[in-house]
Amino acid sequence: MGATTIPAGTKWWSGGKSPFNVNYGKVMMWYFLMSDAFTFGAFLISYGTIRFSVNHWADPNHVFNAFPFAGHANLPLAFVSLMTFILIFSSVTMVLAVHEGHKMNRKGVEKYMILTILGGIAFLSCQAWEWTHLITGDHAVLVNGHIEHWGTTVTKNPWGPEVMFNGQEVATPGPIAFGGYFFGITGFHGFHVFSGVVINVVMYIKTKLGHFDQRGHYEMIEKAGLYWHFVDLVWVFVFLCFYLV
Amino acid sequence: MSTATLHETTHYEAHGDAHHDHHHQETFITKYVFSQDHKTIAKQFLVTGIIWAIIGGLFSVIFRLQLADPNATYPWLEDLLGHWAKGGKIQPEFYYALVTMHGTILVFFVLTAGLSGTFANFLIPLQIGARDMASPMLNMLSYWFFFLASIVMMSSLFVQTGPASGGWTIYPPLSALGEASSGSKIGMDLWLVSMALFIVSSLLGGLNYITTILNMRTKGMSMTRMPLTIWALFFTAVLGVLSFPVLLSGAILLLFDRNLGTSFFLSDIVVAGKILPNEGGSAILFQHLFWFLGHPEVYIILLPAMGMSSEILSVNSRKPIFGYMAMVGSLFAITILAFLVWAHHMFVTGLNPFLGSVFVLLTLLIAVPSAIKVFNWLTTLWKGSIRFTPGMLFAIGFVSLFISGGLTGIFLGNSALDIHLHDTYFVIAHFHIVMGVASFFGMFAGVYHWYPKMFGRYLNNTLAYIHFWVTIIGAYLIFWPMHYEGLAGMPRRYYDFSNWESFKMFGGLNQFISIIALVVFAVQILFVINFFYSIWKGRKVTTQNPWEANTLEWTTPIRPEHGNWPGELPEVHRWPYDYAKDGKDFIPQDVPVGADESKH
Repeated sequence: MGATTIPAGTKWWSGGKSPFNVNYGKVMMWYFLMSDAFTFGAFLISYGTIRFSVNHWADPNHVFNAFPFAGHANLPLAFVSLMTFILIFSSVTMVLAVHEGHKMNRKGVEKYMILTILGGIAFLSCQAWEWTHLITGDHAVLVNGHIEHWGTTVTKNPWGPEVMFNGQEVATPGPIAFGGYFFGITGFHGFHVFSGVVINVVMYIKTKLGHFDQRGHYEMIEKAGLYWHFVDLVWVFVFLCFYLV
Repeated sequence: MSTATLHETTHYEAHGDAHHDHHHQETFITKYVFSQDHKTIAKQFLVTGIIWAIIGGLFSVIFRLQLADPNATYPWLEDLLGHWAKGGKIQPEFYYALVTMHGTILVFFVLTAGLSGTFANFLIPLQIGARDMASPMLNMLSYWFFFLASIVMMSSLFVQTGPASGGWTIYPPLSALGEASSGSKIGMDLWLVSMALFIVSSLLGGLNYITTILNMRTKGMSMTRMPLTIWALFFTAVLGVLSFPVLLSGAILLLFDRNLGTSFFLSDIVVAGKILPNEGGSAILFQHLFWFLGHPEVYIILLPAMGMSSEILSVNSRKPIFGYMAMVGSLFAITILAFLVWAHHMFVTGLNPFLGSVFVLLTLLIAVPSAIKVFNWLTTLWKGSIRFTPGMLFAIGFVSLFISGGLTGIFLGNSALDIHLHDTYFVIAHFHIVMGVASFFGMFAGVYHWYPKMFGRYLNNTLAYIHFWVTIIGAYLIFWPMHYEGLAGMPRRYYDFSNWESFKMFGGLNQFISIIALVVFAVQILFVINFFYSIWKGRKVTTQNPWEANTLEWTTPIRPEHGNWPGELPEVHRWPYDYAKDGKDFIPQDVPVGADESKH
């Protein structure tokens, strides 16, 4: 019975008036996304509360000005823009995969799922580079009257106001909360992207094996797509909160 | 293809089990352990909940021993508990662990998972006419995540430094710093990990409850024909799905603070003369995150009890529920308001007084839907032909407790009064009556009422009546005097009051409360014995519809198999409250509407 084909325009529910006329799985995904939105909401609101209760915050143009293989060139927000572009582009390919699914075109779904998966992996790789760069970065910081060399971690960072010391400009310790929230929230988001990539790989394999052709519809791709777009949307807020404001 | 058969197909697809049929052989493991049958999962939740309730109740008995006489020693306790009761004396650290774990266990493991998990699983498919939950697989996982959470929480009782002891609200910095107390060491980490697993369980369960109610109703079961139990369970699930994630965020941040050196909730702290490097965090922030869950949690506990009581009151009054739409509307209003009142737990945190007054207003607004519900229950009872079954007694007890506990909520919702009453025994009395005992009564009502459906047997009535009367009188005797203690300023969570001149007068009263607590606990054991004895030896149910109720679960066979209805799913033609109508005592939901039938 699993192989029953379901004609177009089928009512998913026989209980009289259906509230959404969609499969339970999609309703479930929507409620899950609402729930997840509250998790991210709580993180971002906490971040906002703390950020605006301290006197000094790290300047994103200063923190995020590096680019791979560009040496010490000052390119504020260039790399994160690329990351954002990659993620949004992977959402576009996801839309195309869902669209091909509606047309029952397996080859098309496979092609766009591969592109979406690659987009996700590329984003995660960028994030890995950015994290590594921040953690291993070496900055002269004035601590208790002498110079130490710090990177950005969850316990310390060099993004405090700059001061003159022995005739040269050096950094001071920045707000601890910056590192905590940055790594905490982008990490939690990265974990979501990683889960999304895993889900997309499973969807790709199922497509390749012809499961959805047998089932007669590509609704699973739509559900995976909902999740992927959600992760993308959350990034827009993370981007706004950490890089732009 | 008829719509009915299409429903079957989509249902089986939902199982992910193409060759599913009702005759295939099930092993013991698939039938009772890794079962996907919602009825079995409900029983698993119930039995696990009962085990937790015994542990949590036992903890309260032990700390009541301490409160009864702070100077007494109980040598047998040392044999039982080792260094936690050195010389037979309950140690202060252990006392804090006991109150913390009592709260955690009862609030989350018994009255959330034990109550919602049991009755949402059991009643939703049966009362809406579905063969199972939307996703039986996720449903099974929901129980097993709860089981894992239980194991982790249970193991925290056995670590050397003891379980979490910063109160069930786990406020930092106490909970964030291992060096703050022995209960803030590994026990606290286990608490947080257990709670994260618990939240996953609650999410999987909640998503299933919502989608099952929205998508899996049988033909004719429109939303406005659903029993109030289902409405209540629906709003409960929505509350859980939207509020638990916020606690998850708080728990994750707290775990980071504890283990990775972050400063989300920590700032400018000196422990034992040592200045900690943390800066910039806010302990109050945690309270906001916690109570954004914490307050809806109260209604997650209370709404299922409300729903089941509504149903049981109507069935046993042989009258339609009074004001069905008002009941649904007030459930909805409570759900919305539940998200908007969390800061009334934080009036003494230095909250902006203007913001405080907003929260006072929103808090007191909850009195309106609550009062609507109370009056509707009373008018349902009014002039009914009441059958005092054990389930009915507990449902009436629920209404009584909800009124008594609700009234003190109006006191506490006022910030001006709350500043005096905050963290006193007045608060203890209030929430124990209104959400603790009242929800327990709802749960008992549900167990007594649906036990015949769960196990095909009745519970022993004599034991049930003893259970009811001792529990309701005992509950009032325990918590009523606490209001006086609280008004006099007696603070909660204190280990020993005997050094305060002003609280010495309560020594006798505390002793009295402890004795009653012991009696009430003993009677709960009587219930547990009744429960397990009756599964195998209870009087057998011989009729399909023993309470002569209208809802669909009573149209299934006496002991329904996986799939619930052996033939076609029943079709619904009316709302579930056609009692005493047109000269008929009751008309079940699957009876077609007669040509000359009057409107309800």
